[in-house]
Amino acid sequence: MNRKITLLLSLILVVAIVFTGCSLNKATGKKKILYSNNGSEPGSLDPALAQGTHESWVLENVFEGLMTFDEKGELVKGMAKDYKISDDGLVYTFTIREDAKWSNGEPVKAEDFEFAWKRALDPEMAADYAYQLYYIKGGEAFNSGETTADQVAVKALDDKTLEVTLEFPTAYFLELTAFYTYMPVNKAMVESNPDWAKSPETHISNGPFKLVKWEHNAKIVMEKNPEYYNAKKIKLDGIDLDIIEDQNTAWQKYDGGEYHILLDPPTSVVAQLREEDSKELTLGAQVGTYYYNVNPDVEPFNNVKVRKALSMALDRETIVRDITQGGQIAAEGVVPYGLMDENGKEFRDGVGNLIEYNPEEAKVLFEEGLAEEGMTLDEFNSKNFILLYNTSESHKKIAQAAQEMWRTKLGINIGLENVEFQVKLDREKAGDYEISRGGWIGDYMDPMTLLDLWWSDSSFNDVNYNNPEYDKRILESKTLMDQKVRMENMREAEKMLMEDMAVIPVYFYTQPYVTKPGVKGIIKVPIRYPVITYADID
Amino acid sequence: MGKYILKRLGMAIVTLWAIITITFILMHSVPGNPFANENKNIPDVVYQNLMRKYGLDKPYSEQYVIYLKNIGRGNFGESMKSNAETVNEMIARGFPVSARLGAQALLIALIFGPALGAIAALHQNKASDYIAMIVSIIGVSVPSFVMGSFLIQFVARKIGWIPIGGWGEFRHTLLPSFALALMPLAQMSRLMRSSMLEVMGQDYIKTAQSKGISKMTVIMKHGVRNAILPIVSILGTTVSNLLVGSFVIEKIFGIPGLGMFFTTSVYNRDYTLIMGVTVFYSIVLILSFLFVDIGYMLVDPKIRLTEEGH
Repeated sequence: MNRKITLLLSLILVVAIVFTGCSLNKATGKKKILYSNNGSEPGSLDPALAQGTHESWVLENVFEGLMTFDEKGELVKGMAKDYKISDDGLVYTFTIREDAKWSNGEPVKAEDFEFAWKRALDPEMAADYAYQLYYIKGGEAFNSGETTADQVAVKALDDKTLEVTLEFPTAYFLELTAFYTYMPVNKAMVESNPDWAKSPETHISNGPFKLVKWEHNAKIVMEKNPEYYNAKKIKLDGIDLDIIEDQNTAWQKYDGGEYHILLDPPTSVVAQLREEDSKELTLGAQVGTYYYNVNPDVEPFNNVKVRKALSMALDRETIVRDITQGGQIAAEGVVPYGLMDENGKEFRDGVGNLIEYNPEEAKVLFEEGLAEEGMTLDEFNSKNFILLYNTSESHKKIAQAAQEMWRTKLGINIGLENVEFQVKLDREKAGDYEISRGGWIGDYMDPMTLLDLWWSDSSFNDVNYNNPEYDKRILESKTLMDQKVRMENMREAEKMLMEDMAVIPVYFYTQPYVTKPGVKGIIKVPIRYPVITYADID
Repeated sequence: MGKYILKRLGMAIVTLWAIITITFILMHSVPGNPFANENKNIPDVVYQNLMRKYGLDKPYSEQYVIYLKNIGRGNFGESMKSNAETVNEMIARGFPVSARLGAQALLIALIFGPALGAIAALHQNKASDYIAMIVSIIGVSVPSFVMGSFLIQFVARKIGWIPIGGWGEFRHTLLPSFALALMPLAQMSRLMRSSMLEVMGQDYIKTAQSKGISKMTVIMKHGVRNAILPIVSILGTTVSNLLVGSFVIEKIFGIPGLGMFFTTSVYNRDYTLIMGVTVFYSIVLILSFLFVDIGYMLVDPKIRLTEEGH
């Protein structure tokens, strides 16, 4: 018995030694393939049905819209070789490039855009992002089932000319055409085969890459699209994405040399890399804000001094430095950095810092507010108010910090409660909360993407902020072309929002990612995942 | 025997109906909807469109009848989260992966579990007993996600040939099978040890030994064969648990199996997927128990005689 075991063990040892030598480094000969991880299985690779973060990275590489982002991260013309905007800012006329082709060699036509946009607005499609197309005249009406597709004001005038009429002048419309809901689909293929997006053989696209393999929950493989008009600018031969949900396992693969780039490494890894000042780490810009909703229908949170005091007692610098540790930025309002104003400067700087950290003042303000509502501190504490957040380690840590800061600076006891995010959404909608955690990632590069949330009629207005002056500013910013007037309106609007402290902003998001040395050409556009389209590997 | 199987199948159908009904009630009484998203809400118009597309705007009673009719035809419908596959396709794709992983884990557990337990029993209170029991304590106590991460860090990262997660070739199955096998292996070894100790103390063992039969034959033919019965009785649940995949192991190793659907479908309120995997798992469980019971009857004549009413 013993001899047999010894033999077996020696055999295993030999095998182990032999195979340790084999490197998993993907030296695939002459081909330049970029390896990474997509994090989650896409719900669909049909631009109309994409729901968000799980699909965008793939879609942004296999499709291209009228406008696109170049290797410097700037918004440039993509499928459109030219565009004209009418004087009133309502009518856009796009001329499609002559050499724009689908991956099957067919030319990209204007009718592909008209078809794709109307299809995404079709109530039968029930597209999640249909609302991105509401800027088009008749879009919302069609999506609500009130009118028909031909009432949607997008028309192919001929093979290469597309005309769009907007509901009102929208300063950021050109940028919207780079968003995946606005991407074209091959009308002929889609009409003949409703399952076209499910397999690579029928998945026809017009971007720098094309889909060649989709193993569900396992792998997505893209190859360079030779029909792409700018193919010579694309250095990569292909992109290989794993679909591994576990952050730690994905990090192990990157660390083990299997990935060239990895998005969203575990927070502890990011914190450590920051400490080491690692060159591989980039704290990418992101348009997003983390905040706390305060329910104005619950006394004494209806009192603006009470809300302001809560905000003033929060030491945001400590939170981002010691708790979130991902290079996040202490909030100065609801609009994050990365969005420019009419002078090409940071909107954020133009408004200034609307948030103050002043614990002594906060205590005074809190007591004044309580007194105005006829409540004593003991009465407040006896009510067992709760800070609600959806179950997650990071939300918990931030909530614990806030709880502690409010306890030590204001002398109040706020309890913590975590629920599943669906339950939290339900409770917020029903107004069944006192303070709850919120967050929003912007959809386009304009301050409106955040400010729009608290327009009185917005479905996302969880605190039921209802300020006619605010609404007026928002409406004007949405319907005017003059950037100076728009930005001025939005600056005033944000000041109002923070004067009323409708929500308590905590920090601005970052998007950390790591890249191996030797990987070049990766650009971070704040509104997108890192752009790997123009990457190059040594 | 034939009548017995028919009776059991009849009961199975009633059980399934009850499971479908209870699942339907439960999943619709939990707050939330399939279309919510953590960082975004969706506008009301879009929400209405989605509800209509998936038939969720109909009254519950009508939805229930539609579900039953479709399930009767074997159609679990469209997933509410994924537009790339139907529920049937998801289960058809995920099950063979989970089954293979489970089968390998079962094999490892069945080979090494009872072996470890038998060795421990035969060398009671000696070194090999203690080692075997320590291994089984580790197997039962260490959570699978710890074991999985441990294996990745200290085995996969060190030995190039063993991949860090993923699926496709035989070598992808090694670590996850082992991680998955550890718990049942440990349970079986402990069961085997105590069962073996009891059996080896029996009179018939002494009789066999005194008859001069070789030690190995006594152990294998009389000892192990009788001691293994308790393990057969837990085989039913062990098999069905392993076959439908482990959410944790599959998540850690990035394996495209069925396991993840059990939890993500509830988290996402993906009603069709919830129903699909629940019914599927129930069928697997019911069939496993049926096979185990038939196995018992074949192995132990006493049970067969009782069942047939003699």
